[in-house]
Amino acid sequence: MSKLYELRLYVAGKTSKSVVALENLKNICEEHLKGQYSIEVIDLLERPQLAEGDQILAIPTLVKKVPEPVRKIIGDLSNVEKVLVGLDIRPREVN
Amino acid sequence: MAKPKKQAGTLSLGAISKTLTGISGLDEITLGGLPSGRPTLICGEAGSGKTLFSIEFIVKGALDYGEPGVFMAFEEKADELKTNVASLGFDLDQLEREKKIRIDYVHIDRAEIEETGEYDLEGLFIRLGYAIDSIGAKRVVLDTIENLFSGLKNDGILRAEIRRLFQFLKSKGVTAIITGERGGKSLTRQGLEEYVSDCVILLDHRIINQISTRRLRIVKYRGSVHGTNEYPFLIDDEGISVLPVTSLELNKDVSSASISSGVPALDQMLGNRGFYRGSSILVSGTAGTGKTSIAASFANATCLRKEKCLYFAFEESPKQIIRNMDSIGMNLQSHVDDGYLEFYASRPTLYGLEMHLVAIHKAIRKFKPDVVILDPITNLITIGSVSEVKTMLVRLIDFLQVQQITVLFTALTLNTIVSEQTDEGVSSLVDAWVLIRDIENNGERNRGMYIMKSRGMKHSNQIREFIITDNGLDLVDVFLTEDGVLTGSAREARLLLEQTGEIIHEQAISRKDRELIRKRKVLESKIDSLRSEFESAEEELNKVYVEEALKKQIMGDTISKMTDLRRAGISSSDKSRSKKIKK
Repeated sequence: MSKLYELRLYVAGKTSKSVVALENLKNICEEHLKGQYSIEVIDLLERPQLAEGDQILAIPTLVKKVPEPVRKIIGDLSNVEKVLVGLDIRPREVN
Repeated sequence: MAKPKKQAGTLSLGAISKTLTGISGLDEITLGGLPSGRPTLICGEAGSGKTLFSIEFIVKGALDYGEPGVFMAFEEKADELKTNVASLGFDLDQLEREKKIRIDYVHIDRAEIEETGEYDLEGLFIRLGYAIDSIGAKRVVLDTIENLFSGLKNDGILRAEIRRLFQFLKSKGVTAIITGERGGKSLTRQGLEEYVSDCVILLDHRIINQISTRRLRIVKYRGSVHGTNEYPFLIDDEGISVLPVTSLELNKDVSSASISSGVPALDQMLGNRGFYRGSSILVSGTAGTGKTSIAASFANATCLRKEKCLYFAFEESPKQIIRNMDSIGMNLQSHVDDGYLEFYASRPTLYGLEMHLVAIHKAIRKFKPDVVILDPITNLITIGSVSEVKTMLVRLIDFLQVQQITVLFTALTLNTIVSEQTDEGVSSLVDAWVLIRDIENNGERNRGMYIMKSRGMKHSNQIREFIITDNGLDLVDVFLTEDGVLTGSAREARLLLEQTGEIIHEQAISRKDRELIRKRKVLESKIDSLRSEFESAEEELNKVYVEEALKKQIMGDTISKMTDLRRAGISSSDKSRSKKIKK
């Protein structure tokens, strides 16, 4: 496990969803990616110009820039399994 | 959840305020444009022109009305969009550099996105809000927001968020267009019309008889009067032009000035004036009666007055018309060169009737003619039914009369019975109707022309013979005899006969005159001789009197002399006697 995860969490102000999402993310990362990740929280209310670059629509959105491929996970990250699949930590179920 | 800074909406309690779209014709139908500060839904099938419609709204706003606009594309990438509209002469790159527009491509890829739990679309709102604020946009287009449904799974959230989005747009005070794909039962697939309650416009693309026509209809426009018909529209190299079907009211100005028809004799029949300016004229007749010649003559006269004439030719090519008219002494080419005359030739089957109308409208708007000629309207019937052609012509006449443009139609009649001729039913619409018909007589075919009607003008009720000469067109009186109407060589013969009779008659008169003079001379000489006779008789009579007097005197003298002789000498009396005689 030498991969380094660069994660960005886009939020808009301190909404309950954002707070929940950030907490969930931290928990998941601590549990599964300890020492291999960095989290950048971007508040679009402060830097709205960044929304276009990562094609952000929904809030909150977690963007995994590295490693490739780029993935986006939207929502409050309450479903741990889905987050892990989204971050390519768990293999995607073939359906 | 904090929201971006709110702006006061432009909602007012009075009449709804509107934003001009700049799309030709649409602003007339909507009586001033789309509702300001509110979202408008434009729906239609794929390829009905939604994207083009909305991009024109943005570009015209930026260019013509100084209103910057944001185009948020969910479907096409910014580059694709720019390439697509470059053919219309819109340079989006340039506008973007000038900060007049902003194109934001929203990419949604379901494969990239995983949904876990609660979310909202605040990111989209922030993006949009940022785009609007960065250029001070007054106009926004979302094309097409329904793509969100294909990218995100949670319909419940999406619907709630879209409802909020429209509220957000209203609160930003921007005039917005939202496009939506036409659904099976509802106007849009996702029922967007539920959310947009102010103005809904439906675009349609229909193919009838292999000819396609685009149409537009305003489904609803809350708080405003609007045209409710289906209006055809055209997409060409200058963008979209919508055609108002008919003006809502019948209150156009009229002119009492008149213009020459180009045939002096025809003007005479029309009360020596010609046609009213801004009126509509129908010239109908059977094949080969010279309808085009009359039309060309009218065009020629218009150009000679230094006015502009637009000639729509549906049958002959412009070159053909110019050549043909050259043979009867009309140099149309010189008018074309001077820019007074413009031909617009197209085959009727090129596109649908509505498209023709739109094309005609466009050409008229561009050239701004004083006179328009359509030659012939009959050919249009090949692409539409009689009633369709009639509606089209009603609209055209309506449009032209509002602009005070005189229009002349020619129509081919296949029916020789005048009372049954309807000429695509336009005869009741036109102000003046000139009819040319064949008169077959004496083994010849000649043209007879008469005026069926001419509104508001004293006009001749006579049939005139219509002749085409090397120097143009002319009308001559026909001869009415017990045998009927004489035309052509029969008329010439009759004319000759009358001329002969006239000369004989004249000669008879002069013979009588001479006789009279002779008689007078005879009588005058008689009077002279009688007078001299009288004079000689008078003289004779006088002579007797003188002689008598003389005799008397001499007698008296002699007596006195005798008396003297008796008293004195003879010498003295001799002297006095000789004196008397001298006297």
